[in-house]
Amino acid sequence: MSDKKPVIITDAPAPEGYEGEGFFATKLSSVIGMARKFSLWPLPFATSCCGIEFMATLNPTYDASRFGMERNSFSPRQADMLMVCGTISKKLGPVLKEVYTQMAEPKWVVAVGACASSGGIFDTYSVLQGIDKIIPVDVYVPGCPPRPEQIIEGVMQVQALAESESIRRRDMPEYQKLLDSYNISN
Amino acid sequence: MTNEFVLEAITREFPESVISSSEPYGMLTVEVKKEDLKKIIHYLKDSSLEINFLTDICGIHYPEFPDREIGVVYHLHNMMTNFRIRLKIFMTRDDVEVDSLTELYAGANWMERETFDFFGIKFKGHPDLRPILNMEDLGYHPMLKEYRLEDGTRTDKNDSMFGR
Repeated sequence: MSDKKPVIITDAPAPEGYEGEGFFATKLSSVIGMARKFSLWPLPFATSCCGIEFMATLNPTYDASRFGMERNSFSPRQADMLMVCGTISKKLGPVLKEVYTQMAEPKWVVAVGACASSGGIFDTYSVLQGIDKIIPVDVYVPGCPPRPEQIIEGVMQVQALAESESIRRRDMPEYQKLLDSYNISN
Repeated sequence: MTNEFVLEAITREFPESVISSSEPYGMLTVEVKKEDLKKIIHYLKDSSLEINFLTDICGIHYPEFPDREIGVVYHLHNMMTNFRIRLKIFMTRDDVEVDSLTELYAGANWMERETFDFFGIKFKGHPDLRPILNMEDLGYHPMLKEYRLEDGTRTDKNDSMFGR
């Protein structure tokens, strides 16, 4: 047994702003970004070995809960981070797309592992060669399967995105164009 | 029930239908005429042989033998005596139609759909012959050795790294 006490950080740094006696002023987008960052609700879409690694990530050893993602949403309507862990066959593709379109904005997509990112070793007639063929992806986690630490790294990348992006980013014409290129109406 | 006994029963009932027979690894394997397959299986099921369980249906494809290019293999099982038999039929490419066994064994339904999906073998009398495992709009039968088994849409793979 290690006699190290667990260190719990409760003082996440405040966003940039103006501080004075009794007040603190900052941009709304910073506050909302911070709120979103620490309350990502993942929707696990797990099909194979990467899914098992994702389950390990949720276990007490790796403890995904400390990111504010205590609750895994199994309904797309309440989730904002789609974790696609594992091989997606072409037949499953429309299902995944349906799940993605049912999620409310803002939403982020993490492709966990080689299969979700690029089809992996399955360069074959039945396997979708990367989920970015059907939905836009924000973060790719490499590995086959990736270790929980790598999935956590991917989640932290999404956190960085959620924190820094403008709350209006998803109203921008570029984003509309991206969704249009995937034939997804918003 | 021995291999000899069952083979003799089949040859007695259908002397014209048996093309060849062998016993690889002790399992009776009979190649029969395609047209008589359903009759033979009906006989195996309903006679005193009581071969009452259809274990498996699967297609095979030999592009190098044009006169017997596409085949279907049937595995059958007698649950009471633990007797197994394998039946094979072969056909050419212009005539890929076989009688469906769905009237004899309900379990043939999905197996025949799978065989149709992967080999394009049509089963006459099947109630719902659609692709079952592949997506509906795939447009070809993957296990026929005529199509790329690799995905043609791949853009990020360098063939030289995979020994091709």
